[in-house]
Amino acid sequence: MMSRRTKVLTAFAAVAALGLSACGGVGEDDGGDGNGNEDSGAAAEFNSALTEVFNPSEEQGGTLKMGKPGDWGDTVDPGETYYGYSWNFTRYYARPLVMFNPVPGKGSQEIVPDLAEDVGEPSDGGQTWTYTLKDGVTYEDGTEVTSEDVKYAVLRSTDKETFPSGPAYFEALLDLPEGYQGPFKTPDMDTDQAIETPDDKTIVFHLKQPFAGFDYLAQLPQTAPVPADKDTGAKYREHVISTGPYMWDTYESGKRYVLVRNPEWDQSTDDLRKALPDRIEVQLNMNPNDVDNQMISGDLHMDIESIGVQPATRGRLLNDPDLKAMSDNPVASRLQYTSVNPTVKPLDNIECRKAIQFGMDRSAYVTAYGGPIAGGDPATTIMPPTIPGHVDFDVFPAGETGDVEAAQEALEACGQPDGFETNIAYRAERPQEKAVAEAFQQSLERIGITANPKPLPQGTYFTETCGLPPYVVKNNIGMCLNSWGADWNDGYGFLSQIVDSRVIRETGGSSNTSVRIPEVDEMLDEALAELDDAAREQLWGEIDRRVMEEAVIYPGVHGKVLLIRPQGVTNVFVNESYGQYDFMSLGVENP
Amino acid sequence: MTTTQDTSAPVPSSGTGPFLDVRDLRVHFPTDDGLVKSVDGLSFHVERGKTLGIVGESGSGKSVTSMAVMGLHNRANAEVSGEILVDGKDIVSASPDSVRRLRGKRMAMIFQDPLSAMHPYYTVGNQIIEAYRIHNNVSKSQARKHAVEMLDRVGIPEPDQRVDAYPHQYSGGMRQRAMIAMALSCDPELLIADEPTTALDVTVQAQILDLIRDLQKEFNSAVIIITHDLGVVAELSDDILVMYAGRAAEYGTAEHIFNEPEHPYTWGLLGSMPRFDRVRSERLLPIKGSPPSLINVPRGCAFNPRCTFASLNGDLSTTERPELVESGPGHLVACHLPVPRRREIWRDEIQPKI
Amino acid sequence: MSPGRPAKPTIVFAYIVRRVIAAIALMFVVSVIIFSIFYLVPRLAGASPETLASRYVGRAATESTVKVTAERLGFYDPIYVQYGDWAKGVVTGAEYDMGPVTEQCPAPCLGYSFVNRQPVWPELVDRIPVTFSLAIGAAVIWVIFGVSVGVLSALRRGSFFDRFAMVIALAGVSLPIFWTGLVALFLFSYRWEIAPPGGTYVPFLDNPFEWAAALTLPWITLALLFSAQYARLTRAGMLETMNEDYVRTARAKGLTERRVVTKHGMRGALTPLVTIFGLDFGLLIGGAILTETAFGLNGLGKYAVEGIRANDLPKIMGVVLVAAVFVAVANLLVDLLYAVVDPRVRTQ
Repeated sequence: MMSRRTKVLTAFAAVAALGLSACGGVGEDDGGDGNGNEDSGAAAEFNSALTEVFNPSEEQGGTLKMGKPGDWGDTVDPGETYYGYSWNFTRYYARPLVMFNPVPGKGSQEIVPDLAEDVGEPSDGGQTWTYTLKDGVTYEDGTEVTSEDVKYAVLRSTDKETFPSGPAYFEALLDLPEGYQGPFKTPDMDTDQAIETPDDKTIVFHLKQPFAGFDYLAQLPQTAPVPADKDTGAKYREHVISTGPYMWDTYESGKRYVLVRNPEWDQSTDDLRKALPDRIEVQLNMNPNDVDNQMISGDLHMDIESIGVQPATRGRLLNDPDLKAMSDNPVASRLQYTSVNPTVKPLDNIECRKAIQFGMDRSAYVTAYGGPIAGGDPATTIMPPTIPGHVDFDVFPAGETGDVEAAQEALEACGQPDGFETNIAYRAERPQEKAVAEAFQQSLERIGITANPKPLPQGTYFTETCGLPPYVVKNNIGMCLNSWGADWNDGYGFLSQIVDSRVIRETGGSSNTSVRIPEVDEMLDEALAELDDAAREQLWGEIDRRVMEEAVIYPGVHGKVLLIRPQGVTNVFVNESYGQYDFMSLGVENP
Repeated sequence: MTTTQDTSAPVPSSGTGPFLDVRDLRVHFPTDDGLVKSVDGLSFHVERGKTLGIVGESGSGKSVTSMAVMGLHNRANAEVSGEILVDGKDIVSASPDSVRRLRGKRMAMIFQDPLSAMHPYYTVGNQIIEAYRIHNNVSKSQARKHAVEMLDRVGIPEPDQRVDAYPHQYSGGMRQRAMIAMALSCDPELLIADEPTTALDVTVQAQILDLIRDLQKEFNSAVIIITHDLGVVAELSDDILVMYAGRAAEYGTAEHIFNEPEHPYTWGLLGSMPRFDRVRSERLLPIKGSPPSLINVPRGCAFNPRCTFASLNGDLSTTERPELVESGPGHLVACHLPVPRRREIWRDEIQPKI
Repeated sequence: MSPGRPAKPTIVFAYIVRRVIAAIALMFVVSVIIFSIFYLVPRLAGASPETLASRYVGRAATESTVKVTAERLGFYDPIYVQYGDWAKGVVTGAEYDMGPVTEQCPAPCLGYSFVNRQPVWPELVDRIPVTFSLAIGAAVIWVIFGVSVGVLSALRRGSFFDRFAMVIALAGVSLPIFWTGLVALFLFSYRWEIAPPGGTYVPFLDNPFEWAAALTLPWITLALLFSAQYARLTRAGMLETMNEDYVRTARAKGLTERRVVTKHGMRGALTPLVTIFGLDFGLLIGGAILTETAFGLNGLGKYAVEGIRANDLPKIMGVVLVAAVFVAVANLLVDLLYAVVDPRVRTQ
């Protein structure tokens, strides 16, 4: 056992590391610190909760304490959520038509029915999708859920003046009448051409064009029913009417949320939710380092943000075997990449873009993100391996650290044998991106390209600088560091926002800043209409390759996150669809 | 080493026995630059009802002497030795607390700048009451009545109103009167006035000096007036002590100092004193040069670098320090010039010019 | 004016009225500046109404979503119209369309957070007690601790205590609260488990003991910074004052040293601290940003941070204005208080 003094010194050293980069720590730990969770049933190991349920239990009761650094990023109104943790969280009280199977491992790729009796039934070559609701599902006030409520919920979510933060897939795909502005502004407009409810239990979606992956849309919280007479629009978030096992007790904006058991919820209608705790408390706006510390001490059960531990904590977790055994390292389905802007000279020439592909040291990219555990794996494709359809290929094989010769040749082909000068933009608040920008600078210097790192504020990165096409041209920003996570683990979810040229807005705000390939747009449309899963998935892989051939994206890292496995909690596992622990499966140990 | 006889200070004028008897007082301050000998072997005495004037330039040790008499030096940074007998009791060796009990009660002090010497945040009355109540066990209202009386006595108009005013609301002369009232509130037997009129304009100066004189008669206290201005002591003093570089240069009755001064430094002081009682023959005769550093006091006679007559003594002035010796009854001078010679110089060369 | 009389009530009242008017003018100027920083400056730098609106919508929002949001937030109006709308809301209140319902934002409607869909004013009111609790407790600690250390240091100048205290004070001034706060939490809450975890706050009226227990760590952390500062200020002030003529006078009167120090020395040395304290306290109420963030306390400072993070201008405006009010009030109180403690000011 450590002496008291050693403990204090260790504590100081750990805290002193705050704000320092995590890669430095070489901890010589005697391993005697009894910080492990001896009281939990299973032996804890690194990645214990990735492929199976850790500490399984059926015991009910207790209060599950969740915390969030910063405020809730979007809202808790199922009609207006976009963050993965929101989708993970809303399932406590909102039942969408279908959802990703809440099981560990690859099983979560399967979509299973929740509010509906079965997954969607396509017809019309994938242009019409029909769902039938389960019997006996009620709101917290005992009223029975009808298909009309689901229709209303979807329609209201298309009112982007009221709900600007939610995804816009439905209004883009549903065959809504011209001029439809949602049920608040155009209440009398007939919307049956888009959504039909032939009876109380049946709902039929009519799309503008075939969309093979509609079940992915139906799993969005936007399909969770909302009773029209209880809807308060933008204020509905303050009391969402529950259909799940928990209902809202307290909503204090920016401070805390409390959910309590919903007495009207019937387990017999719901084989996906265990509903173990009696009460769920969420504390908002916590200090990120404090969140990590409370997770380790067990004062907090779940870090809602789930984007990986802070740099200071990372060093501690990796260097202390006891702490490492209580952490998991799931794949995040996130790509850290760099947009290579073909609108900026001389990168309008593909050969110059190839020079960058060959010239960059990819291992430096991984290092910048914290190495293979905290950062992830080197990426040569856009789609992460977790996405069905992913093909492992490398269009510009350059070894681990780049191929200077091939890069040189590309430069000559481009007519810039002596290299050129350009700027590489990154988000000033992100030290990893800074490190990557500097790695680009150093790597490209080898072939005569001067890439000047250019920090830009994160808050306006997409709206006013990197995502604003005229800006990058005017400021000679040849490259923009970027990061993308899938809306869901599917080629469409992953690719549509970053490779479809039609999402680029000249007024700024898009995540896609460099991919403008008409052929890719067509391929996306084709894949959308392909009802055969295997054929569709193959198309995603082809799109990935086609974009890479244009060398407008430099893929860096397929991200992984390092999470602290909650202490004093049962039924812990990572749901791969979210890359997070499955919130609604958690129970409290010894409540 | 002593300046005079070891037994007792010389007695220049007759009296009932000294109330204050200072013997071979030394006050040294150790500093990083060296030992500052602010007072270095000084003896004098004052009787009740009498006034002693201590005169000298800035840095001659006058104020340090008065602070020593009041026991106000911080023992941590000042080395005080010798004897200071107050009514026969030595305060150099006494405990700080017993000296504190004497302060304000049996000996009191008036300071140079009454604005900074009074606390700006308390009323004048409050400060007098405080002084009175430390040494007298009386109620607040009694003490207040006493304070009003004291203010009345020192000539403050409307004393019952003024007692509640703050020092900054008084004029300069009034403040000094208030300061005097505070000092006299416990009927002290010894009153030390350190440059009591320096900060005041000339007309007010005279009023304050008159006040001190009147009050001295009334209280029959011993008074020490410390000043660089011979004009002030001329009006009040029975005896005068001329200090230079921490030591006595000349010590005698007022008549001795003004009519038969024997030390060249005293001549210099007299020469630089404006006189209104006779027509001046020439312009003022300031003393050339500036006072010496108290860390490196000149060898021999401390005054020798500035003394016009130093050369008359061979190299005696630069090698040997002159002792304070009697040149006549009750008249002590520390000078190497032979007594007849200096009387001659005074009569023939100095007196006619001033 | 006759000596020794305090100023007449009517004069004091007129003075306060004048100061209040000045404070309101200050609020106006501050609000215009903040408004300009967040709306006008980006516009001058070339941002369109749509780019401004993009901050308030999801990242994958469509062009039309951005447009309706820009319209809704009034970004197409000239800047003075936008300011006028905001200012009108402060005076008369405003209404906001929530879709099927309309939300009233009664005066003083300091704005409406489009991100949270919450009027700013009730949120501010809700958070003031937290910040105030934090500030008041810390202030008590740092005044008692800082002043006593400063006084002792000055009286024992050069002693071991003095040197030690001043080294600690230097460290206290230099260490960032963000760091000391985390260290404190790490050690006391998680390592030794003798303090509640970060983010704990219990309203005073619910349970005064738990209130104090939950805030003790933040208090001490915040007070550490200020104690250090106040110890240094007090020490310097005492050293100066103890050399004042009036302290010598006090000693010459025969006062005991204790009385010389407490009644004469400290009174002189601490009076200037009143000013500094008032301003510090006012600023602190306006937002102990770092402490609140480090300890996860939902006070005004953290509210401002949330606003800045989310580009949520109404929140920032609200906090800045409330902070400006507190600073102005603190200023006024300091000036009035100074007249009480320093008679020289009173009669001018």
